[in-house]
Amino acid sequence: MATTKSLMAIVVAATLSVAACSGSGGGTSAAPVTAPNDPSLVTGQITVLTNRTDLEQDGTLAKYAAAFTKVYPKASVKFEAITDYEGEVKIRLNTSQYGDVLLIPNNIARKDYPSFFASLGSEADFSSKYRFVPNSTVNGKVYGVATFGNANGFVYNTAVWKQAGITSWPKTTAEFLADLKLIKDKTSATPYYTNYHDGWPLTQWQGAFGGVSCDPQANNALAQSTAPWAAGKELNTIDTLLYDTVKQGLVETDPTTTNWENSKTLLASGKVGTMLLGSWAISQMQKAATTAGKDPSTIGYMPFPSQTNGSFCSVSAPDYLEGVSSKSKNQPTARAWIDWFTDKSGYAASQGAISTAKDAPLPPTLAEFQKQGVKLVELDQAKATLVNTIDKGSEIGLTAPDYRQKIVDAARGTGGTLQAQFDDLNKKWATAQQSAS
Amino acid sequence: MSSPTTASAVARGVAGEMVVSSPGRLASRWTPWLFLLAPLLLLAVFTWVPVANLFFYSVTDWDGVSPDRSLVGLANYRELVTRPELFRVFLVSGYYLAASVVQLVLALYLATVLSFKTRFRNLFKGIIFFPYLINGVAIAFVFLFFFKPGGTLDSLLALVGISHDRLWLGDPALANPSLAAVSVWRYLGLNFILFLGAIQSVPGSLYEAAELDGATRWQQFRYLIAPSIKPILGLSVILAISGSLAVFEIPFIMTGGAGGTTTFVIQTVKQAFVFNKVGLASAASVVLLALVLLITWIQRRIVPDERVDLT
Repeated sequence: MATTKSLMAIVVAATLSVAACSGSGGGTSAAPVTAPNDPSLVTGQITVLTNRTDLEQDGTLAKYAAAFTKVYPKASVKFEAITDYEGEVKIRLNTSQYGDVLLIPNNIARKDYPSFFASLGSEADFSSKYRFVPNSTVNGKVYGVATFGNANGFVYNTAVWKQAGITSWPKTTAEFLADLKLIKDKTSATPYYTNYHDGWPLTQWQGAFGGVSCDPQANNALAQSTAPWAAGKELNTIDTLLYDTVKQGLVETDPTTTNWENSKTLLASGKVGTMLLGSWAISQMQKAATTAGKDPSTIGYMPFPSQTNGSFCSVSAPDYLEGVSSKSKNQPTARAWIDWFTDKSGYAASQGAISTAKDAPLPPTLAEFQKQGVKLVELDQAKATLVNTIDKGSEIGLTAPDYRQKIVDAARGTGGTLQAQFDDLNKKWATAQQSAS
Repeated sequence: MSSPTTASAVARGVAGEMVVSSPGRLASRWTPWLFLLAPLLLLAVFTWVPVANLFFYSVTDWDGVSPDRSLVGLANYRELVTRPELFRVFLVSGYYLAASVVQLVLALYLATVLSFKTRFRNLFKGIIFFPYLINGVAIAFVFLFFFKPGGTLDSLLALVGISHDRLWLGDPALANPSLAAVSVWRYLGLNFILFLGAIQSVPGSLYEAAELDGATRWQQFRYLIAPSIKPILGLSVILAISGSLAVFEIPFIMTGGAGGTTTFVIQTVKQAFVFNKVGLASAASVVLLALVLLITWIQRRIVPDERVDLT
């Protein structure tokens, strides 16, 4: 279960900014996979790989399969829920046995999509109907459909914040720090929980990228920048906030022994005030609150403390993308499943997540965002491949835990100064950028 | 020595019956190979082929997934030697090396003590060897709770009146020693059992003779035990050094390499699976293999393997 959630979170972080994108990789010239219009022509059994072992155990997936068979009586779906989804599927991609429908692992460079997945149609066909289409497009062809999307922000315990006397969302990082300080002084709660030990929750900080500047071109700008950590730059702002939060002692005593599963209970029961996570976490926290015998409505969600032209911004990004295996022997049925799952299953709504369908309303978990006029930004993906190449080449790992663990180390006085870290990051980025372009 | 001969004789009989027309001599020549077939096959599939692959990957720029990869010659090795920071992590191995000295001395002491007639010696043997039987992942998790603030260790210290505010895994000065201590706890049993086996192979009559001659315990150790376990001691030293260079699972699970506890193997794993540099990581593994072989060779030159004759 923990792995499922951590994978989901990594997905969110990874796809937010560094998901690989269109390259010159040779695409197959095969016609796009379509599903027959006549339901009786959709036949046979397909295998769907998923990371949601929790939904398999509680029978939710079986319900989806039954509902699908109701619409397509001659077709059936078999699920294969995998705990170490990323690791296992990455290896299986080298074989021909990776199911008919699968979630595209994040580690696959976008230019390689055509080697493993079947094209589902042109970008134009999809973008009128769906969100996050550029994230799965290679050379104008779409290879996957997002299962759902997430916004980014701080999930917080409203009771704790209220007890500290805070009534409105902080608008600047300085206000945010002052509020955390208030929580520390006036309540018994730990103001912020880093989840340093598990590591992946720290990668969620990358999800704030783009939301600070409110600029859809933020990711593309990274490809050109030779010093993304210079003073005033977005990454500098984000990392400085993390640094200051830890430096001022507003976090748990020992970050090296944290525990993700336990942290949900801590936040839900008011022992922890705040955590930066994707909006996927809201429903999990609400569930934790119910389990702990608390009111799930105490779980709140606020955007990153920064305003552009008087409004907050939050980056919305896809969770896993669902694609059809290029080795599948039953691609039409596989396609029918993807269409049904995206449009009809109600999966996104059940997760409290942003639906892939453009015309769907925002989920209730983000009602407060809507009320306060938080702008949702989708990052442009034009330079995503290049950014990914620079990121891997420099061994910085914008979406890997190590990079922000080192920021926390610096704040705890164990890993050099913050400026030294920024200088080092800038140098690595510039070098890798030079050799990549 | 008799059992292998009997076994092959039986097999020869069987083979002879199966291949009636062939002369018995030919069959007997192939019999040992038939027996070796299974282990050799396993060895090839799970060791030689992967190692050959490792050497191959190390001269490519493969990212671990992509269907295309190209040969880049020695570029990966060149990158390794031009990035000295990649070797700085070997300093972390120093902690484990220091710990393994403690481990060897402690194991030797306990083995010696328990080879004499000590009360509850079998119980102690079990207690000391037990940690080696536990899965490394389980050990890492147990010690995570052990080192937590307010965890087992802190509670124990509080019982004897020591209170402190240091974080065993969070304090950089303590993190590596703490992890190395776990490693000692885990591997002490192996060294202990190796030493104990060697000590017990010394004929009892020698001890009796020594005692009759009035030798003290220390003299018995110095002139009887020490020379007889010299080969095992040499082996343990090699294992300790190569083990210190290749520390992985305990720090990987307990800290994930965070906070200055990254070892060479953790760094390599991250290069391969986080940064998709399978080529570079393979080259790093080859270098590690070469280092271990080199150290073994040097050790063999300094302490040659000599036959021990106690009589």
